[in-house]
Amino acid sequence: MTIDALGAILLIPSVSAALLAVLPGYMLAAKLNIVAALATFLTSLSLFVIEPASGQYLLLDDLNKVFIILTTFIGFTTSVFSASYIHHEIEIGRLTPAFLRFYHAMYQMLMFAMNLALVANNIGLMWVAVEVATLTTVLMVGIYRTHEALEAAWKYFILGSVGIALALFGTILVYMAARPAVGEGLDGMVWTVLVKHAAQFDPALLNVAFVFLLLGYGTKVGLAPLHAWLPDAHAEGPTPISAVLSGLLLNVALYALLRFKMMLAVNSEAIAPGPLMVTMGLISVIFAALMLYRRRDIKRMFAYSSIEHMGIIVFAFGMGGPLANFAALLHMAMHSLTKSAIFFAVGHIAQVKGTQKIADIGGLTTTNPVLGWGLMLGVIAIVGLPPFGIFMSEFLVVSSTFARAPWLTVILVLGIIIALGGLFLRVGVVMFGEPKGRTAPAEASYVPMFTHLGLVLMAGIYLPPVLVTGFQNVAKLLG
Amino acid sequence: MSSLQFDIAHLLAGSLVLASFMMLYQDRLYALLNVYALHAGVLALSVGWQAYVQQAPHLYITALIALVFKAIIIPVALHRIIKRLGIHREIENVIGIGLTMMAGIGLVALSMVVMLRVTPGADALAREDLAFALSVVLLGLLIMVTRRNAVSQVVGFMSLENGLVLAATGAKGMPLVVEISVAFSVLIAFIVIGIFLFRIRERFDSVDVQALDRFRGERR
Repeated sequence: MTIDALGAILLIPSVSAALLAVLPGYMLAAKLNIVAALATFLTSLSLFVIEPASGQYLLLDDLNKVFIILTTFIGFTTSVFSASYIHHEIEIGRLTPAFLRFYHAMYQMLMFAMNLALVANNIGLMWVAVEVATLTTVLMVGIYRTHEALEAAWKYFILGSVGIALALFGTILVYMAARPAVGEGLDGMVWTVLVKHAAQFDPALLNVAFVFLLLGYGTKVGLAPLHAWLPDAHAEGPTPISAVLSGLLLNVALYALLRFKMMLAVNSEAIAPGPLMVTMGLISVIFAALMLYRRRDIKRMFAYSSIEHMGIIVFAFGMGGPLANFAALLHMAMHSLTKSAIFFAVGHIAQVKGTQKIADIGGLTTTNPVLGWGLMLGVIAIVGLPPFGIFMSEFLVVSSTFARAPWLTVILVLGIIIALGGLFLRVGVVMFGEPKGRTAPAEASYVPMFTHLGLVLMAGIYLPPVLVTGFQNVAKLLG
Repeated sequence: MSSLQFDIAHLLAGSLVLASFMMLYQDRLYALLNVYALHAGVLALSVGWQAYVQQAPHLYITALIALVFKAIIIPVALHRIIKRLGIHREIENVIGIGLTMMAGIGLVALSMVVMLRVTPGADALAREDLAFALSVVLLGLLIMVTRRNAVSQVVGFMSLENGLVLAATGAKGMPLVVEISVAFSVLIAFIVIGIFLFRIRERFDSVDVQALDRFRGERR
């Protein structure tokens, strides 16, 4: 059997996970981790050139191509950041080589699970992949074995498990709805078959199924009020994992939700999923924006900012239509790049200062100018100021929805402005104020951070036409 | 399907809901574990019966997993963990048992109303199974929110999962049921190992999750 590119992006991470689990020596392991992530990324780029055919289990279309490339790219840059991050953790003895072996194997397992969830054409397989991704991140969040890390891992574990359990119930209901039209057996779970026949499904059953799926996968997206695990998991785990969680795993759960939304859209009698998503999105934006004001932990603060941005994205996808979908996709890509860049900076800052407490970090722009200004640029980008890409995507979200639902858009803009104030208030102290804490120069890898910021800046100034048409195709697909 | 076959399937699924109710009012950990073992045993019988009725031999594997893993290995392992950690005292409920039972009855009524109303087209057995399964899922959630103890929360989650397996086997001809039940078993094994490895007791001096709240969130 020949292996096409779709198989390869699953095979490379799983083989390297097995290899990393037995490989002694963390220096070598970190390098192998980078090489594997790079190989996966390059393979995913080849999807542009040769499109492997979709089968009963694996699927490739314009929608998941965007997600796959984003995932593998950030997976690669994060592995570069991770190499310098763990070097410092070993030096100060927060992690031991044995834990690192585990860490690297889990990192590749996570990449495998996320890729599998993205290419799965079978809703049961997709569910299993999301579960595996949850398990691997739970293990990594708890890796420091401190009180806080264990509590965060436990909370994430229980809430994540309940979430995926509800998602499974929704998946079973979808199968039940599909059975009369599609017939028994494997076809009843193949997504492409389901979409083709969705118009004949029982709408009432489909509605109930979507509610369960929204609650289930919505927990993993981190939508308020199901977000309780998210800030803890981001704050207490190793920073590369925070970057991957925020930048990628939330997107993967959102992707699962979008697939089901597309299925419901085909059935004209089923409820429109839009209003539900819009409501949850808006609640998340407002809630997270208000929560930003009282944060004392810098990683936790950016975790709340992730909830806010996922809220914006879900809002825009919920509004639907070509322009809003386009804006949501762009916003998702921009948020992933920017937020992981911010976590790269924050990770090194926390290492230099030896603390994540905002009160104990001060005057970064004088003590560590490169890191400080890197973070500052990231924050300017994330709050949605020009000339960065998030400004453009937020502008598109607002302008494309204003004509249809002015009041909702006003609430959204209010949330964005509140969040801007909250982030600047906190970050201003960290950036400028009196220098506090240790002032040692950082041994940091700046390349991943500035690569991401550079891409976001470029997207804000000039979007290549190839990208625009690509995103437009996906937006049309989403309806 | 003959009416006897239907009645037996109905009886077994109904017993699962009943076992969930029994878990609601247990106030000692050992007793809770015993009822959970019963719950898993009933599930195994129910899945085995479905395998026979639907003539789907692969479901026997799911039934076997339920019997060996969930009804025997997990309860025994949890028994030993509880003994080792020395926490076999009373479970603290967040709200009183009477109120919990009332809430449970309400949830079962809710799931009957929802499921029976949206599935008029499906065959009778699948409808009833789904309604019962949703009841078990909701009762599992209720157990999780009314208990403060980490072990009993896990037991609540496991009973929730039994409800999902019931739903999956009730949906005739659903693919990947065995795979999904294996995936869930892995998840549960992880949770149980997690209780032990994380040594919540050593770390927090108690498996009472209220103690965890002390460490939550903002470092002060």
